[in-house]
Amino acid sequence: MDNKEQKPLEKVLIICAKGSLEDVYASLVMANGAVMEGIETKLFFTFFGLDGITKKYMDKLYTGTVGNPAMRMPGGLKFPTLLGVLPGVEAGVSSMMRSEMDKLDMPPPSEFLDMIAAGGGEIFACKLAVEMFKLKKEDFHDEVKDIITIGQFYEMATGERTQIIFT
Amino acid sequence: MEKKNIAGVEVEFTEDGFLADASQWTKEIAAELAKEDGIVLGEDHYAVLEYLRKENAAGAPLTIRKVGKSGIVDIKGLYQLFPGGPLKLSSKYAGIPKPTSCV
Repeated sequence: MDNKEQKPLEKVLIICAKGSLEDVYASLVMANGAVMEGIETKLFFTFFGLDGITKKYMDKLYTGTVGNPAMRMPGGLKFPTLLGVLPGVEAGVSSMMRSEMDKLDMPPPSEFLDMIAAGGGEIFACKLAVEMFKLKKEDFHDEVKDIITIGQFYEMATGERTQIIFT
Repeated sequence: MEKKNIAGVEVEFTEDGFLADASQWTKEIAAELAKEDGIVLGEDHYAVLEYLRKENAAGAPLTIRKVGKSGIVDIKGLYQLFPGGPLKLSSKYAGIPKPTSCV
């Protein structure tokens, strides 16, 4: 295969609609990775995904311990859903996940957003969801550029080698 | 493996255009590689390259977060020095292997 014949991606628009730790991180890792590759990057947070850019919650995201068939104990043993409902279990599991990620040099979301913005990536909040949750611009991370409609978001999706990713 | 004559030295490259042998690296090679991408290396660039080489020699995995916390340059500055590839391009010019981390 001749590398020169391949046309690289030029722009990605990533939509984060869920607020669990792993969903927000999936979007952040993809967005940061794109910025690092020199790809123009727009990140759009909507519905529960807004937790990922809300100052109050962004660095305290949880992973669900109930109804997740892939959830396992550290040894690989299946994690019983009934255990997941006990008070403190979800918090404990989530904090463990956060510390494991820190060991891999994965920053907390607030710092991750700073990194994405430092590389020129743009971060937006969905107008509809912001109004529904009665949030304001000041509630969000300082690097959130604007609160926009889905129409405005699509307007950014110009160019031949542009992709929209929904996580 | 591809061989190129840079600054009077026969240098071996990997398929991705990274130096095959970090010990072959010289400042002149770095400058030539950067020139191919339209980047003129200055003191600030070399400070980053030296840091990357030192960390790589110590076997440390590299991320832009780590470089940003090194005290040499912040992340925004790193993007300005190496536009379009803060870690990939700097690693290439530093003569160390292509970065394998996701951050």
